[in-house]
Amino acid sequence: MKSETTFQSTTMAPPVESPVHEPPVDRPAGRPRSNIGLVRPDGRGFLVDWLTTVDHKKIGIMYFVFAMGFFLVGGIEALLIRAQLAVAENNLVSPQTYNQLFTMHGTTMIFLAVMPLSSAFFNLLIPLQIGARDVAFPRLNAFSLWTFVAGAVIINLSWFFQAAEALGWFGVAGGHTDMVPAVGWFGYAPLTMTEYSGIGTDFWIFGLQVLGIASIAAALNFIVTIINFRAPGMKMMRLPVFTWMTLITSLLIIFAFPPITVALGQVMFDRFFGTSFFNVEGGGQPILWQHLFWIFGHPEVYILILPAMGIISEILPTFSRKPLFGYSLVVFSGAVIGFLGFAVWSHHMFTTGLGKVATAAFSLLTMAIAVPTGVKIFNWIGTLWGGRIKFSVPMVLALGFIFMFMMGGFSGIMHSSAPADAQQQDSYFVVAHFHYVLIGGSILAILAGTYFWLPKFTGRMWYGSLGYWMSGLVLVGFNLTFFPMHFLGLIGMPRRTHSYLEGTGWQPLNIVCTIGAFLLAFGILLFLIDLIRTVRKGPPAGNDPWDGRTLEWSIPSPPPVYNFAKTPVVKARDALWADKHGSSRQKLGGVESGSHGIHMPSNSWMPLVASAGLLLVGVSMALKQAGVPFCGYLAIGGLVITTVGIYLWALEGPGGYHLHPRPNEGGARS
Amino acid sequence: MSSPAAEAHAHAAEHPVEHMPTGLNTKKLIMWLFLASDCMFFGTLITTHLIYRKIYANLGVDPIEIFDIELTTASSFILLMSSLFMALAVSAIHKGNVKSFRWNLIGVIVFGGLFLAGQVYEFNHFVHYSGLTLESGTFGSTFYLMTGTHGVHVALGILWLLSWLIYSYTPRFNSAEHAIDVETAGLYWHFVDIVWIVIFTAVYLIEYV
Repeated sequence: MKSETTFQSTTMAPPVESPVHEPPVDRPAGRPRSNIGLVRPDGRGFLVDWLTTVDHKKIGIMYFVFAMGFFLVGGIEALLIRAQLAVAENNLVSPQTYNQLFTMHGTTMIFLAVMPLSSAFFNLLIPLQIGARDVAFPRLNAFSLWTFVAGAVIINLSWFFQAAEALGWFGVAGGHTDMVPAVGWFGYAPLTMTEYSGIGTDFWIFGLQVLGIASIAAALNFIVTIINFRAPGMKMMRLPVFTWMTLITSLLIIFAFPPITVALGQVMFDRFFGTSFFNVEGGGQPILWQHLFWIFGHPEVYILILPAMGIISEILPTFSRKPLFGYSLVVFSGAVIGFLGFAVWSHHMFTTGLGKVATAAFSLLTMAIAVPTGVKIFNWIGTLWGGRIKFSVPMVLALGFIFMFMMGGFSGIMHSSAPADAQQQDSYFVVAHFHYVLIGGSILAILAGTYFWLPKFTGRMWYGSLGYWMSGLVLVGFNLTFFPMHFLGLIGMPRRTHSYLEGTGWQPLNIVCTIGAFLLAFGILLFLIDLIRTVRKGPPAGNDPWDGRTLEWSIPSPPPVYNFAKTPVVKARDALWADKHGSSRQKLGGVESGSHGIHMPSNSWMPLVASAGLLLVGVSMALKQAGVPFCGYLAIGGLVITTVGIYLWALEGPGGYHLHPRPNEGGARS
Repeated sequence: MSSPAAEAHAHAAEHPVEHMPTGLNTKKLIMWLFLASDCMFFGTLITTHLIYRKIYANLGVDPIEIFDIELTTASSFILLMSSLFMALAVSAIHKGNVKSFRWNLIGVIVFGGLFLAGQVYEFNHFVHYSGLTLESGTFGSTFYLMTGTHGVHVALGILWLLSWLIYSYTPRFNSAEHAIDVETAGLYWHFVDIVWIVIFTAVYLIEYV
């Protein structure tokens, strides 16, 4: 297999030393062909290279860029919601559009922004933190990326059909005019039945189904990578905490997504084939949807927050110049949170009347989950204690994370008490709670992580004080938006309300919330400006600007395509820190790649082809519901494309070529 | 395995640094993880069926009158025997016995196909003679989705193994290199078989105790 597809480069490129750009590496000459005779897309132009790449760093960057795009879309939806609620009896958007906005805002932020932003960090960091060449299955990784994009496009295409409907170009005879999902991000039955919602629900079902495939494929890949691709000496209890949290998150994904896959399948059957899973007339129980959804939905909460906790656990020690306090406790707490996360789903359903025993049990378990979370917070504070703290931008955001996440945690404990929850259910108090954990938690950590690792992956350092202004604006805007919502909820303002009357007394606080939301949006705008100006003209960052602790800081910035010139041999936890500041026995070792160089996999079109088929399936099925002719055949065509893509993928072989890093290039430190 | 040491050596020659401190094969590991995930998948389907059958019983039909337990027992036995062939096929390819591998694989495919034929006959019978359709209440809905999903798993397994059978006639096929891939497909096949044992017990047999 190797003989035909392996390239032995003999010419060495002249060493061009540029501190910012990636140094040129040897490329295979000629047009390599795959096992089935197709030309491999190696060494092509910019666009083909990015569309067919199997490099975890490029895939990570694409995850980041796509997810940031959807983050902005979700943000605009949020601003429209806040503008609508700014004054009483407002009619800026219609009630129908309002339903679509909050549904799409939730769906977008959870599935198209925070999850893929976490995936971006997994992709960029995991192989580097464990000292690996790439993930275990590079083409599967590309498939995860493009399948995520396909699912995101399916869900968001619905806006265009809604616009077409508004212009009179597209309509559903006798059906609902909802082309955009409008059933809330948890799509409670029986709202999802054809009697009560339009084809937006179908876009939502198929979009989420495709996103589930992407998430499970990526999670399987990362578990295998972390278990099997660790560098020599990288024992499990030497893994960076971010890697640990990625492992736990990935395990949560593979166990949490199948129930929602089945539940979405059941809704699809109800809508397309007249089954009665959630149809009361046929004996179905709408409550079943709530159980199946939250068996997925609660672990999903930890899928969103555990990577953030991992990022924070990397940043705090670095800028405190101390090792993480209680490493093993932090790791085990993460595992306990992940495990308990499967046993608390019914706290979303206290008001449905589960019965005293079930309510008490879920109440207790929910309180129990606060223990490992508290352990983590105390360990982070222990890390800060006595450290030489440097208030760099990532550190400011990380400290903001601890405080804001704690606030979200406190209101979470309040929900765990079933009688209190009965008062808070479906009120703005809940809205405040989960935005404190998702913005104050996940998003702040993602912003912090972006500032922390941007120098590594762009080779450029952010500069000036814009980052501090951004941090301040985001924190102030965020608190101004969501802190008043606690009070709004307690004085009775329900969640998902299109408008409210003058006399309710909700007016003043709603104005404050809306002003805060626009401040927060301005902060995010500053973030993007800072990001772009750093990428364009930031000063060279150097390999290790923070005096880092983990292996990614031991290699050049941006990392060379092959990652490590010499495979690191790890001697201690915080491997690079121990190498720089530890005893002589803890120096990093390095294993040369041998005479034939480093083996690199070939690029491939097939992951993209397989994902494109899924895109066609999703869109066609939604349009089939709308009565567009031939869509059933199109959906079958999409399945055929995916199948053909998978077969060609299997038959083409991984291919590959060999690279020779130059002696003076990075890799494990000498 | 023909010789795990030789395989590890071949791998080490390809990648000079041994990256696998656990010693687990990467392809087998991802399949085990996928099957773990699939447990939740079938778990949800079977649970849904049992909840609607036992707790919110609103069947409108008597399962015993619908089921043809003799037929299902026979097809379950056939599926079990296909797993025996699968094990023999994996054993054969690890020993490098391609001929035996092919015959056993044909056995798996034929027996899997017989099982599927039995399911098609059963569904057809249920729909046309017993009037049990997807639309006939929660029993029909959950029964067909659950057993149908299992049938799709069997069909995909047959397609996968058929692909290996065809591939084994191409010049690229190399029993030493591909034994692990076939073993991975075998894991999937055995899993699908085990799921059927659970479904057969919990959905069919339990009516008769």
